[in-house]
Order: sequence, then structure tokens, then C-alpha cells
Amino acid sequence: MARIAGIDLPKNKRGEIGLTYIFGIGRSTAQYILTKSGIDWNKKVHEWNDDEQAAIRNVINNEFKVEGALRSEVQMSIKRLLDIACYRGLRHRKGLPLRGQRTRTNSRTRKGKRKTVAGKKKAPKK
Amino acid sequence: MARSIKKGPYVDAKLEGKVLAINEGKGKRGVLKTWSRRSTITPDFVGHTFAVHNGNKFIPVYVTEFMVGHKLGEFAPTRNFKGHAGSKK
Repeated sequence: MARIAGIDLPKNKRGEIGLTYIFGIGRSTAQYILTKSGIDWNKKVHEWNDDEQAAIRNVINNEFKVEGALRSEVQMSIKRLLDIACYRGLRHRKGLPLRGQRTRTNSRTRKGKRKTVAGKKKAPKK
Repeated sequence: MARSIKKGPYVDAKLEGKVLAINEGKGKRGVLKTWSRRSTITPDFVGHTFAVHNGNKFIPVYVTEFMVGHKLGEFAPTRNFKGHAGSKK
């Protein structure tokens, strides 16, 4: 069982994929970590021995911000935008997209479930 | 796409001149009226108050150090949505 950065990695996946279960590590970062610690990308997570695990932990600790630390950094950046009341901060407050996307339709990820407005008539046909 | 580093941040020359003059003790202090929403806030701007035009009126913006790197226009919203007619909060 490999436990890295406070996360249990799935043991039957290839190392390259398994590492991406850590928040802040994607495919390319995972490949970089494995190359740096001299492990084959295709080696399954449960095949790593203790030395290899230590090497991986070492690379992650020294070079990357993951999990809790990364999450709090993201929160801090958003909080900064909110505090200075700039345009992006205002959009965060309203729960709308930040980067100029249309909001007439779509944007459901930011806006959440549709809120039906009572009394709004559909455009008449013809 | 982000602006090339080589060019440095864009600041309206006239506005920058005014701010620097105030920082050197020349020029009069106080609120600087500006239409230059496109100017980047540089560290020299910190502590000044700008009246940034939003197309209708001037919005007072007090610049803090966290705002450095943003544009003046980001702090003066041009659209002020107050809710649809007949919908109550």
C-alpha cells in the first residue's frame, strides 16, 4: 500500500496514473516525478518498493505543492480577488463566470442548477 | 494572451507622469480623475486615490498594494445590474 501526501494510491494502476489521484498532480507532473526518481512509468503502484516510494515522496515534497497546501493557496488567491473588489472578485461573489463567457445561456457549472423564474413567458411561436 | 514581458506593463504616459510628479512632491495631491481604465497599476500608484471613469461617472478607487498588476478599469464596473423589473429580493 502506497500512501503518499496523505492519500492512499490505487494499487492496481500504473504509477503514472496512480500519482494523479493526488490533488495537484496531473499526467505530466506524474511522469516528471517518476522520471526524476528513476522509476518506469508503467510500473504498478503496488510494485514500488520502499526506496522508490521514498524517492517519490522526496521529489513531491521538494518541488510541488499538493493537497491541503495547494487548496489553501487557491482559496487565498480567490479571497484576495474578493477583498480588492476587482471585476474577477465581483464575479466570484455573484457565482458567475470570470473570463467573459456568455451568461445568457450555459455557464451552468458556475451558476448551478437552473432556477426557473415564475411568470416568464416563452416567446410566442410564429 | 498575456502581454509580452519585454514591453513591461502598460501605463498611460500622462497618468504615470502625474502620479510620479505627486510622489516627488510636485503637482497637487488629491483624487486623480482618469479615463485610462487600461492602465496597469504599478507600485508607484499605491496609496493614491483615482477617480476611474466607468462610462457614466467616476468611481473612486483607493489603491492598495494587493491591486498592483491589475488594471484600473477592473475596479470600476461598467455594468451595474440591479435585478430585473418586478423581481423582488
